Amino acid sequence: MSDFPWLSVLIALPVVGAVLVSVIPREREALVKQVALGVSVLVAVLAGIMAAGFDAGGPRFQFEERYWWIREFGIHWALGVDGVSLTLILLSVILVPLVILGSWGEADRSGGVDVPPKRSVKTYFALLLSLEATMIGVFAATDVFVFYVFFEALLIPMYFIIGSYGGAQRSYAAVKFLLYSLFGGLLMLVAVIWLYPLSAKPAAEGGLGQGTFLFTELSKLDIDPTTAKWLFLGFFIAFAIKAPMAPVHTWLPDAAQQSPAPALVLLVGVLDKVGTYGMLRFCLELFPGAARWATPVVIVFAVASIIYGAILAIGQVDMKRLVAYTSISHFGFIVLGIFAMTSQAQSGAALYMVNHGFATGALFLVVGFMIVRRRSARIADYGGMQKVAPVLAGSFLIAGLSSLSLPGLAPFVSEFLVIVGTYTRYQWAAIASVIAVVLAAVYILWMYQRTMGGPAAPAVEGLKDLSVREKWVIAPILAIIVAMGFFPQPVLHVINPSVNETLARVDQRDPAPDVTGNVAENGARP
Amino acid sequence: MSTSSHVSAVLAQGGEIPAPHIEYGQVAPMLLVFGAAVLGVLVEALVGRRSRYFVQVPIAFLGLGAAFVWTIVLGWRENPHSVAAEGALGVDGPTLFLQGTILVLALVSLLLIADRGTGRTGGAVEGHFAAQASALPGSEAEQRTAEAGAVQTEVYPLMMFAVGGMIMFPASNDLLTMFVALEVLSLPLYLLCGLARRRRLLSQEAAVKYFLLGAFSSAFFLYGIALLYGYAGSVRLSDIAAQIARDAGNESLLLAGVALLSVGLLFKLGGVPFHMWKPDVYQGAPTPITALMASCTVVSAFGAIVRVYYVAFETLEWDWRPFMWAVAILTMVVGSIVAITQTDIKRMLAYSSIAHAGFLLLGVIATSPNGLSSTLFYLLAYGFASVGAFAIVTMVRDAGGEAGHLSRWAGLGKRSPVVAGTFAFFLLAFAGIPLTSGFTGKFAVFKAAVEEGATPLVIVAVIASAVAAFFYVRVIVLMFFNDPDPDGPVVVAGPATAVAVALGLTATVVLGVLPQPILDLAGQATTDMFVR
Repeated sequence: MSDFPWLSVLIALPVVGAVLVSVIPREREALVKQVALGVSVLVAVLAGIMAAGFDAGGPRFQFEERYWWIREFGIHWALGVDGVSLTLILLSVILVPLVILGSWGEADRSGGVDVPPKRSVKTYFALLLSLEATMIGVFAATDVFVFYVFFEALLIPMYFIIGSYGGAQRSYAAVKFLLYSLFGGLLMLVAVIWLYPLSAKPAAEGGLGQGTFLFTELSKLDIDPTTAKWLFLGFFIAFAIKAPMAPVHTWLPDAAQQSPAPALVLLVGVLDKVGTYGMLRFCLELFPGAARWATPVVIVFAVASIIYGAILAIGQVDMKRLVAYTSISHFGFIVLGIFAMTSQAQSGAALYMVNHGFATGALFLVVGFMIVRRRSARIADYGGMQKVAPVLAGSFLIAGLSSLSLPGLAPFVSEFLVIVGTYTRYQWAAIASVIAVVLAAVYILWMYQRTMGGPAAPAVEGLKDLSVREKWVIAPILAIIVAMGFFPQPVLHVINPSVNETLARVDQRDPAPDVTGNVAENGARP
Repeated sequence: MSTSSHVSAVLAQGGEIPAPHIEYGQVAPMLLVFGAAVLGVLVEALVGRRSRYFVQVPIAFLGLGAAFVWTIVLGWRENPHSVAAEGALGVDGPTLFLQGTILVLALVSLLLIADRGTGRTGGAVEGHFAAQASALPGSEAEQRTAEAGAVQTEVYPLMMFAVGGMIMFPASNDLLTMFVALEVLSLPLYLLCGLARRRRLLSQEAAVKYFLLGAFSSAFFLYGIALLYGYAGSVRLSDIAAQIARDAGNESLLLAGVALLSVGLLFKLGGVPFHMWKPDVYQGAPTPITALMASCTVVSAFGAIVRVYYVAFETLEWDWRPFMWAVAILTMVVGSIVAITQTDIKRMLAYSSIAHAGFLLLGVIATSPNGLSSTLFYLLAYGFASVGAFAIVTMVRDAGGEAGHLSRWAGLGKRSPVVAGTFAFFLLAFAGIPLTSGFTGKFAVFKAAVEEGATPLVIVAVIASAVAAFFYVRVIVLMFFNDPDPDGPVVVAGPATAVAVALGLTATVVLGVLPQPILDLAGQATTDMFVR
């Protein structure tokens, strides 16, 4: 079984599913949904079987596949997973079936919030499945070129989902989303191309003697510092736009407001993780020197994102925009954890990527259920939902509390690790970011209070509580959030070896504990 | 004793004018195409009006097809690397690749040209061309030709002559042959531009504009040749290179000659600031002819410019590189930015073609085997996507002909999802999204440029690509996210046009997903570079 091309199959299956779905006759909408759900569940089961075979103590990359793709350019079809990418793939394959189930009514003729009716149902599900294929591909790629291809290919299905199934301003939001990401991606393309002549240099000059894009090979490169800084910037800006960090975040609130809520689970929960994953994997490991050089500035931007996102979230009147701003704040935490360069902070950041996916996913799913009922995403249009739909309100509360990192729920563990890990090296950053924890309580609880608390508003009276299908969508996510809040160890066990590899490559050791409270010395090489 | 044998006997004795030695086997592709052209002219003169179309089209297809097959066999069996026809033509790997590219793209364009739609309207056969271009629209003369059932069939020999010139242009090993090829390819194109059946005045204006500006650029080209002759005492590319290597001769003649020659060449491929004709001509010309120009002419012009720069001026690169950098940057930036403001689909594609010419110039500037092979690949990829895109433009029709204005394309994705989806795919290929041929081409060219140290240029190219992506995406938004106009255009697909679109689509997918075989072919074609 070890030779079975797990990852290629996982990428190919959703593509096959998308093709299947798109050839089903237009009228048979139920069949379309069943096929899409069936394929995504199959993918999740296969991914689960694969993950069970992952050996956390084994070699770094497992389930490796490597074939020549374009020999002329030294490009391999190379796939493989380490702990971090495995957990992100699992996150994706778990979320997709839930999103499909959660979208059951979304792309319907009846439509969601201001979704124009008569949208093609099968196209929507075909797009979701192709999105799944590219998501798995982007995390599984161990060839930088293949990563780039998936990084760009991701945009296309999401662009069509926002543009075709979004709200009134959907085409503006879709174009903004695409152009921001494309611009970042093109800057990265220059850096990717640049790697080729560097690797083609003879070994004596720091090259490999043969042009290649294999990640494991490229990380052996010895790039001269000036070039490395440029390359780092090329990659980093692309990832910062994707993640997104302030000040290049402005596409996300617009995209979030216009996009159908279930698709947002994938956009914010998984797609944006590609940015932080890329920082951890490529920025740090390919250009360790440049990463150390950029760290102070990145930390400042990360803290700025944390606080800025949280403050803006408080002021939002649209629930989807609000959750988008909270995510900008959370992405700040992840970036902070990555660049703090301590094992606690980086493990925390890697775990946060997964936890945030589930927490925000749950929040968006519940928001989506509310929108389907009330046909509005405005907070002011709700009130007293608790009395009308107690199960919905309860799910909303758990999702919200996990988003504000309540102890006992998954994100708490990761946020705690990030802050603690950061404190040992950048005390001020850790202290500043704690402010956001308080702000998180404000934006979440206040939103809960305005939508769920108080007397039932006339407009929400008569709205139904969660249906059985919807309960099946939200229950697994909430279960995962609670489970991982109490037992993060299995996931951390898988993540830690990869994080340690990364830290070793960046040549950073954890600073010694310092009881006097002074900022510990940076462990970097002089 | 006849007179002719007498003459030859005299010639044999005197030996003053030896018969030129022609390697017929190696120049056969050109001869076949020109032969088909001449045959086409005879058909025009001798065959009855009603059956001309049915004779012309097979001749054209056979001529191009035979030439293509011959080119393939030539490259496969002999892999020639020599000069032919007394040194006037170079037959080598890059030339054969370019000729093959031009011929196959011409075949696809011919499908568009030959398509006459699915039926007849008002007694006249539907087609893209005016039966009598000189007749004023709506005039009595036009009515008479329509009543007589006249059909435009001169396009086929004209196109054959143009294609013949195109495959000769990049093969020309001396500047005089190159000039002849330039004129042979240009003159029929000027005429073809004026033959549109709909919007006749726009078409005629385009033809006149193209002719005047083209004649002007030919003059530049010719003057450049004269100065270079003054410098090197020869018009052979290799002699000029040798003279430069000796560092002899009058350098101001050389530099002025290079500059003027470059103006002539850059005009043909639409480099800024010599691009002014492109939007007007692309818009006014009948769309199948636009497809021919956007694919074959661009390939041919790039073939010529790489030969000139790689063979004659290679050692002079320190002098021409700054100039070419400036032209490449201008071409990419102006092409991408001005395209944003366009409201006509053909004008937009024309500016897109200008921007692509800028990207292709990166491969020329690289002056390396990789630069050359990446240029060859890019030309093939871009040519197919262009023909496909213009083919779709011919299919989307209003009452008054093609729906040129962009706003008419709104909601096409809901009316005809397949056509709109295919067009969106071509646009994504132009924008250089991965898994399309456009991305592979750009990647190859950018990589070659980075290897030769032109990274700043690549950064400009990437930013221009991002700007260009904006207007491609805008069209996709228009087609898919806007609601259709109730009396919007209809999609009319003739079978030949559909085949052309399918071919363009297949090539764009295959060159994007599995480009290795063609990259290998381009790599093999350029291992020995140009014959000198």
